Amino acid sequence: MIVELGHFALALALAVSLVAMVLPLWGALRNDGRLMAFGPPSAVLQFLLVALAFGALTYAYVGSDFSVTNVFENSHTDQPMIYRFSGVWGNHEGSILLWVLILVLFGACVAAFGRSMPSPLRAATIAVQSSIVAAFLAFILFTSNPFLRVLPAPTEGRSLNPVLQDPGLALHPPLLYIGYVGFSVVFSFAAAALILGRIDAAWARIVRPWILAAWTTLTGGIALGSYWAYYELGWGGYWFWDPVENASLMPWLAGTALLHSVIVMERREALKVWTILLAVLAFSLSLLGTFLVRSGVLTSVHAFASDPARGVFILLILCAFIGGALLLFAMRGPQLAGGALFSPVSREGSLVLNNLFLSAACAAVFIGTLYPLALEAVTGDKISVGPPFFNATFVPLSLPILLAMPFGQQLAWKRGELLPIAMRLFVAILAGAAVMLAVLALSSGREAIAALGLGLGAFVVVGSLDDLRIRAMRSGAGSFFSRLFGLPRTIVAAALAHMGVGLMVIGIAATAFHEEQIANLEPGQTLNVGGIEISFEGMRRTTGPNFIATVGQFTARKDGVELMRMEPGKRTYVGRSMPTSETSRLQRGLGEVYLAVGDAHEGKLDVRAYWKPYVLLIWLGPLVMTLAGLLSLTDRRMRIAAPRRRVAPGAKPEPAE
Amino acid sequence: MTRKQRRLALIGAAGLVLAVAVGLILTALNDRIVFFRSPAEVAQLNVQPGTRFRLGGLVENASVERPGAQQVVFRVTDGTRSMTVRYSGLLPDLFREGQGVVCEGTLQADGSFNADTVLAKHDEKYMPREVSDALKKQGHWQGDAAPGGEGKPK
Repeated sequence: MIVELGHFALALALAVSLVAMVLPLWGALRNDGRLMAFGPPSAVLQFLLVALAFGALTYAYVGSDFSVTNVFENSHTDQPMIYRFSGVWGNHEGSILLWVLILVLFGACVAAFGRSMPSPLRAATIAVQSSIVAAFLAFILFTSNPFLRVLPAPTEGRSLNPVLQDPGLALHPPLLYIGYVGFSVVFSFAAAALILGRIDAAWARIVRPWILAAWTTLTGGIALGSYWAYYELGWGGYWFWDPVENASLMPWLAGTALLHSVIVMERREALKVWTILLAVLAFSLSLLGTFLVRSGVLTSVHAFASDPARGVFILLILCAFIGGALLLFAMRGPQLAGGALFSPVSREGSLVLNNLFLSAACAAVFIGTLYPLALEAVTGDKISVGPPFFNATFVPLSLPILLAMPFGQQLAWKRGELLPIAMRLFVAILAGAAVMLAVLALSSGREAIAALGLGLGAFVVVGSLDDLRIRAMRSGAGSFFSRLFGLPRTIVAAALAHMGVGLMVIGIAATAFHEEQIANLEPGQTLNVGGIEISFEGMRRTTGPNFIATVGQFTARKDGVELMRMEPGKRTYVGRSMPTSETSRLQRGLGEVYLAVGDAHEGKLDVRAYWKPYVLLIWLGPLVMTLAGLLSLTDRRMRIAAPRRRVAPGAKPEPAE
Repeated sequence: MTRKQRRLALIGAAGLVLAVAVGLILTALNDRIVFFRSPAEVAQLNVQPGTRFRLGGLVENASVERPGAQQVVFRVTDGTRSMTVRYSGLLPDLFREGQGVVCEGTLQADGSFNADTVLAKHDEKYMPREVSDALKKQGHWQGDAAPGGEGKPK
């Protein structure tokens, strides 16, 4: 009964969204307050209805109602409660429902927090957002209904895919989706501005917190997924350039570019065309990612059951929204010209540079991801575009960004000079050069690329933090520390986010110094990795709530002192015949000893051991970036309710943000 | 600088970055990608020894041997032809006889294949699409139900 209620609520939400995509927009165009007033409550109603549907599906999962096909296929009574819960989005239908839930949540947020924005913009934004909601609700109801029943009801389910039974994976999809879908609001704002023809600094000011919120969660979501792949898949890799990973990286790159260009638009009313285009692009890439993952064009852990009809439907949604937005863009294009002047060497100039390289890197990922699909469609040849391609394109295109980053933070608006900044940054330049030369010397010149990466990383970390010192020294009165803590939070957040990038680059560059040992061990034998002795003591079998496991027992010692008992293993889950790896890791500073086991043959166990110095920085960096994003969101100037302030072009060239 | 000169500088910088990006991408597409082949295609296309490619098919039943520590030799078949594959290292969790596999490596002069990567993906019902297509091409594919079945309650 509750399941049918959920189904009904979903159909009702579709009806509401169809009305909400027309009336408020009509009102915004005719400046009719009564029609516009329909927007906010209808957005809240859509949210309540979809939340009800999502709650109904969750109820079916938690109560193990196997008469629902979706629950039967993805749940099991032996599953711990957390995975019965996360199973709701551990499948195609449920994950799309989560996607829509976040869509309507953002719509409701515009309704709830948008009181200070001009009501035509708010109404038109809700209308555009509702049209996206309508498209995806139709997609669910016609191709991916999670509420279908199966009769007679089976007594036991087929369980959630075991690799998804992990706390990291319970959280990864919701975070990633908030980021992905967060760009839908940005898209809706852009489309609304294009429809209304009002595209100015005030618009940029209103949209900026939304971009920041989407970017922050997307950063956290991608990092969490990467960390999960690292410890769960047993290969010790953190990024595979898998098309599905690329699908999340592309909106992130476009979103990062957008996050920077919107500052120029807010402060200087320049780069308007470009910012609007990026806003459209970021969400288009999110949609493209959904299409790639959900259509069955690609096969991977993310592509649940694939179905061509779904692919065609999403492709239609994709074409309609991208095409519509670009059409609006072409119509309004002539009105978007103008903006303040700036010299190539200036804050604006550095942000343009950042945007150029980020877009080029995004284009490289785009081509690397879609070229194999296009080639197969045209010639039938199947190719694989893997890490070698991306290392040769993405990496060189992102290095200049790192080099320019600390300079950009220091440059003044309108016109700046490089030499004084280079002198101010001498600590960072010195640190970067010292690290680079030290690594070159220690590796006898063999690890030139790693040395470059580590040097750049050190330069970015020191340069970002130094920015705060330089600002605190120059501004205001009082002691150094009171001035440091008096800096605006957006400034501190920008420095921290840049530092996070530097930390991540150090972690990635340090992978050149990873040690790997593969051995076939008998009990009593040992192996050495990273100066740590790992002895194999034997194997045992254990059982968990819904799996049986074979566990290898190891002891890690350094200079004879026991550090940790390590127990990597393999699990076989009830209801599914596939084994999964459970790795065991020992942290040493920011590095890790990583142990995974393979199959056992005649009492001998295949063991893979790694020493990975500084590997944790790969995820600590993005964590710092995520926290910096949150910090920035708490800044008064980011608060949506804060009074709108028009910045007159060229008012004062303050070196802020 | 005048407005025009500034705009030119901006367009020049954008053009330069674009040219660099296009250059990098084209070079990489030329020599950093590998083709996917099934054993029958390898024979049919007369692939030269030393060529790097991805070999896909099913692991032939009762073909897996372990001549030494971490040394694995097995045969990959597409139903029409099969090839011997040598690999040293740990096999992925889902490597099984009779199941789909994708190996990346180089063709040897004796017609065998030296793999440096063996992939078997994350799901027991997952069949690499390249493999299922290759099997279909050789006419050895029964329906669209991947091994393990999909969706139907048993």
